Amino acid sequence: MNLIGLYNYWIVVTLMMIGFYVVIAHENLIKKLVGLSIFQTSVFFFYISTGKIHGATAPILDPKYDLYSNPLPHVLILTAIVVGIATTALGLALVVRIQESYGSIEEYEIQSQDTQDQMESQLEAYGFRKKHDLSIQNLDE
Amino acid sequence: MIEHLPILQVVVPLLGAPLCVIIRQARVVGLFALLISVITFLISCSQLQQVLQHGTIIYELGGWAAPWGIEYRIDYLNSYLLLIVSAMGAIVLVASQSSIVKELPRTRHMLFYTSYLLCLTGLLGILSTGDAFNIFVFLEISSLSSYTLIALGNDRRALTASYQYLIMGTIGATFIIIGVGLMYMMTGTLNMYDLAERLPEVHHSRTVLSAIGFFIVGVCLKLALFPLHLWLPNAYAFAPSMATAFLAATSTKVAVYILIRFIFSVVGAEFVDTVLPLPEIFIVLGIAGVFATSISAIYQLNIKRLFAYSSVAQIGYMIVGIAIGTPLGLTATLLHLFNHALMKAALFLAIGGVVYRVGSAQLSHFAGLGKQMPWAMGAIVAGGLSLIGVPLTVGFVSKWYLVLALLEKGWWPLTILVLISSLLAVIYVWRIVEWVYFTPPRIIIDDVQDAPISQLIPIWILVFANIYFGIDTSLTVGISQKAAAVLFSIGGAF
Repeated sequence: MNLIGLYNYWIVVTLMMIGFYVVIAHENLIKKLVGLSIFQTSVFFFYISTGKIHGATAPILDPKYDLYSNPLPHVLILTAIVVGIATTALGLALVVRIQESYGSIEEYEIQSQDTQDQMESQLEAYGFRKKHDLSIQNLDE
Repeated sequence: MIEHLPILQVVVPLLGAPLCVIIRQARVVGLFALLISVITFLISCSQLQQVLQHGTIIYELGGWAAPWGIEYRIDYLNSYLLLIVSAMGAIVLVASQSSIVKELPRTRHMLFYTSYLLCLTGLLGILSTGDAFNIFVFLEISSLSSYTLIALGNDRRALTASYQYLIMGTIGATFIIIGVGLMYMMTGTLNMYDLAERLPEVHHSRTVLSAIGFFIVGVCLKLALFPLHLWLPNAYAFAPSMATAFLAATSTKVAVYILIRFIFSVVGAEFVDTVLPLPEIFIVLGIAGVFATSISAIYQLNIKRLFAYSSVAQIGYMIVGIAIGTPLGLTATLLHLFNHALMKAALFLAIGGVVYRVGSAQLSHFAGLGKQMPWAMGAIVAGGLSLIGVPLTVGFVSKWYLVLALLEKGWWPLTILVLISSLLAVIYVWRIVEWVYFTPPRIIIDDVQDAPISQLIPIWILVFANIYFGIDTSLTVGISQKAAAVLFSIGGAF
């Protein structure tokens, strides 16, 4: 079995695991998105390398060649890249708004603020008054 | 015209979404989105009728034949689910006309309706298409727009909930394309029915095994199967009420559809059973999920979060139904898809009606409102009874079929577990009843009226449907049985 010959798959899997690990292990929301992008990019590499055929050329019709690489995975991945960009953009936009409303993009700080909110509303549920009004705020900003 | 219905089903809301941005006027946008969703609902009705009369509809996009072009294939299963999704899409928009005015600033109405229609497009697209990669594209359309819908919520926790869903959802979707890619590598086709023919030749390669593994884990992330459900409770709790009602009624159902379609139509249940211990895994996770999330639901203080946990529990029942591996079990799952959509839409719309008046979904703020808001609270109780599975409601019908399917297999212990778990639903529904009817109000809000009539009408239509389909089951059971029979004739038995 030729392990080195399929080195592209080794690269794909390594990148995939690096990306996945970053998503899981990092507390910083931006770093998580970086990890997610690496994870997605590894899949792009994977698709593109499945389209390659040994000794084949780019799929442009020419009488000199009779073996062409498969262009379909490239087209598919073009779609996936667009999806990836949309995801990253939306994720970053969310991080901006999280930063605005929490003042932090570290997961543990956000969580501790959320737990505090939770505690307050629990106290309130058992009869204590909450400091600020619960009604919907800033409707007409 | 009539032969182009399968594509119109998807294209109409897709074109409606950018038009919403152009229209901009808050009032007009709402009515326009409602019009679009009613059109998609009528299209799905007509498609269902066509399928019932003439059998499967095959639509080739751009006239390219199937393995090369993309094909839309509408059979019993699709047309049934298309009906559910488009009906919920339309009815939630009726209620949202007034609810959104209270929950979102005027400038954001347009954004809400745009992402709502895009989400509807994605869901309808997943249901219509017969192409594996197309499923991924539509899945991302619906997911990206639902992240936006959730982030529109007023609480700042809506943002973190949306972010968490984005991370989990993207991992799930990426797993799905890895699966599709591996299958394409082995077979050279993306059409689901072509895949079904070519996969058996390469069944025993490790590539196909890992493809199936990736695909199923990805879908299970999307449908919030028990240990992968962590994104769901917060997302449902902090989204605008109408977004919650729509997502709870449709999005996880569509993910369950992908799972069913993939297991039965593409891979074949026989293979899944012989090579992977999938039924066993599904039963363990399904039952564990039902118990763990029902117990979590009991302890929730936010009523939207409470029903979000209960949604995960209901997914557990559906997965158990699939794992039973008989036509009767699958019928139970398909019935529960329809019935759960009815219950959860009614419940979340009714909660939306209360939030409209009270401004909060905390259980403590519901205290003593039973007298002031008899219709909205009555709907919550009716929905809750249906969730428990009281006879004469739809919840009873689907649980009845699930129990029948379990007994047919002779799985006594599981039957007992399913029945015990229904008792947990009694506890959390009773907690709401206790707060609403037997607790004096904690905060005094003068002149709290019942929800506005424009919300009460859709809510009570759904409550009525909950009871009607609980008594006259010929439509739902008929279609579910046919769909299950067709799937088993393609995929073989477990």
